[in-house]
Amino acid sequence: MKNRRPLFTVAALWFGFAFLYVPIFVLIAYSFNDSRLVSLWGGFSLRWYGELLRDRQIVDAALLSLRIAVISATVSTLLGTLAAIALTRMGRFRGRLLLGGMIAAPLVMPEIVTGLSLLLLFVSMQDLLGWPSKRGATTIMLSHITFCMAYVAVIVQSRLAIMDGALEEAAMDLGGRPFRVAVDITLPLIAPAMLSGWLLAFTLSLDDLVITSFVSGPGSSTLPMVIFSKVRLGVTPDVNALATIIVAVVGLGVLVAGWLMLRQDRLAAGETPIRAYA
Amino acid sequence: MPDPESRPPARPQPSRRPWEDREAAPFVRLEGLSKSFNGTVAVDHVDLHIYRGELFAILGGSGCGKTTLLRMLAGLEIPTSGRIFIDGTDMTNVPPYERPVNIMFQSYAVFPHMTVEQNVGYGLKKEGVAGAELKQRVTEMLELVRLGGLEKRKPDQLSGGQQQRVALARALIKRPKVLLLDEPLAALDRKLREHTQFELMNIQDRLGITFVVVTHDQEEAMTLATRIAVMDAGRFVQIGTPTHVYEFPCNRFVADFFGTINLFASRVTQVESGTCRVQSDEAGADIASGDAGGQAAGAEVWIAVRPEKISISREAPVVGGFNVLKGVVWDFGYQGNRSIYRVKIASGKIVQVSTQNRVRSDARAVEWDDEVFLSWDPNSSVVLAE
Repeated sequence: MKNRRPLFTVAALWFGFAFLYVPIFVLIAYSFNDSRLVSLWGGFSLRWYGELLRDRQIVDAALLSLRIAVISATVSTLLGTLAAIALTRMGRFRGRLLLGGMIAAPLVMPEIVTGLSLLLLFVSMQDLLGWPSKRGATTIMLSHITFCMAYVAVIVQSRLAIMDGALEEAAMDLGGRPFRVAVDITLPLIAPAMLSGWLLAFTLSLDDLVITSFVSGPGSSTLPMVIFSKVRLGVTPDVNALATIIVAVVGLGVLVAGWLMLRQDRLAAGETPIRAYA
Repeated sequence: MPDPESRPPARPQPSRRPWEDREAAPFVRLEGLSKSFNGTVAVDHVDLHIYRGELFAILGGSGCGKTTLLRMLAGLEIPTSGRIFIDGTDMTNVPPYERPVNIMFQSYAVFPHMTVEQNVGYGLKKEGVAGAELKQRVTEMLELVRLGGLEKRKPDQLSGGQQQRVALARALIKRPKVLLLDEPLAALDRKLREHTQFELMNIQDRLGITFVVVTHDQEEAMTLATRIAVMDAGRFVQIGTPTHVYEFPCNRFVADFFGTINLFASRVTQVESGTCRVQSDEAGADIASGDAGGQAAGAEVWIAVRPEKISISREAPVVGGFNVLKGVVWDFGYQGNRSIYRVKIASGKIVQVSTQNRVRSDARAVEWDDEVFLSWDPNSSVVLAE
């Protein structure tokens, strides 16, 4: 009787894992399938990876997606960090609660709503200001910055919240002017959080389909958009290969971000000054 | 290499008790200093004079405003009203990075991403000191706090005591006019705390820097300080030397803050110069005490006696009938160096008495349920009006 519980737990764990990862492993396995038919195994081959690289449309879309992801991750990291600093270090100011709520809102806002509202904004801006003159890479980047910033702000904010505020005060007390203190103390200590925020923003941007579809224009199809349109015409094995590459890239990003956050938490735990026994 | 264990020759000092010298100019002067946070008053119109070379302690429970006061001295909080003068200069609106004052935080706030050397040298570097001079002064300071050889360590490789000394060295290296210490010993275990206490006093004596210590621990304050300011609800209740505040507390709050004290509700019956008589129903006796503290006959007061001032014996003491109470040992605690007795007297009140255990396994020692006599010298008690 005693063994039943662990057995059940283990089974549940494996079932859960299977539920999550079997589809992905099937996809990865079939990306190495030699056969043109998606569901028939025809032996191991890398031919679809080669095919992929010869497909101009896919390569262009991938390069555009990467460019958008790098720029929007960088800009949203800068803006998100500033927002986090304002929320945690500027004390109580008018509208602090509102700002905090509004920064977190894109995390829970349905993408359809975000996408639609951004589209409306860009259209009216075009009418009133003449900028952005057309929808394309620029509008996609602006949209990605909007929602990625929220994630970065939340990550950096949590780091700042556990960081001892006395560190910055001590630096100031020792003669550091506020800007020097930010460079000497605050930045080095929140750098891991900023990096993991950047990686998260990068993967989110690379992956986004719904918002991007709303705000993209002719000639600016990102990778997820290309895949989506290709799949609608029937699944081809080169899409499997592409998906495998994306899984690898995104998986690596999430892994690095997770590792950074774990390390930073450990660092923070080790930092606690109260370790009484010498 | 300086050795903090050997006592340095005392520096020539104009006076050991500058606060008694009417000519002496205060080094730190607070005038009507107040701070409130969103309508809550943390520090309430405080006036204070601290003299050069003092080791001044601000003592109080949590939330009494002592840390806010310290942070105002450091420039980390801007006073709502009042002025702060340090060495004759108005510092009220000077930002922390321009004040000749350094602070050691309760959490130590050692920079976790810098080595010991970088931590200690940070303040000098911001002053523009560099190269060989920086290195030499850092080495000197690390020797002073006995951290020589740990220059390249990161804070997470240090014990709590070592981190504390890094924080101390870092705050001392700029030779501040005043060093502020926020609960400097609270995070250390008991043994280390006692040791560090004396080390702090030696360093202070050697460098001659004025120290202001904030603490909630009355023993720490009494051991360290030249003078203690007892703080409650944003105001100073009493300021004086450790002996003064312990032996002559100005009210029940201060009396109670510095260890245990027995209080008997009484009424003054007779006042003479330097002595008085009170009648106490609670004590069930006529009590003779020293100075009435300005109270006239008929005033309702409390007679306060410290447990160690009371003698306990099984035989009636040979005194003139005053200050002798009869009771039964209700509770008894042996603490090694001393014993604590809780004695129930006729009125039902419990009186606490402590004795030094100077003789090993004393056959005459008082035990549970013994009938005992308590007595004390009239000059050992204090008359408290509130």
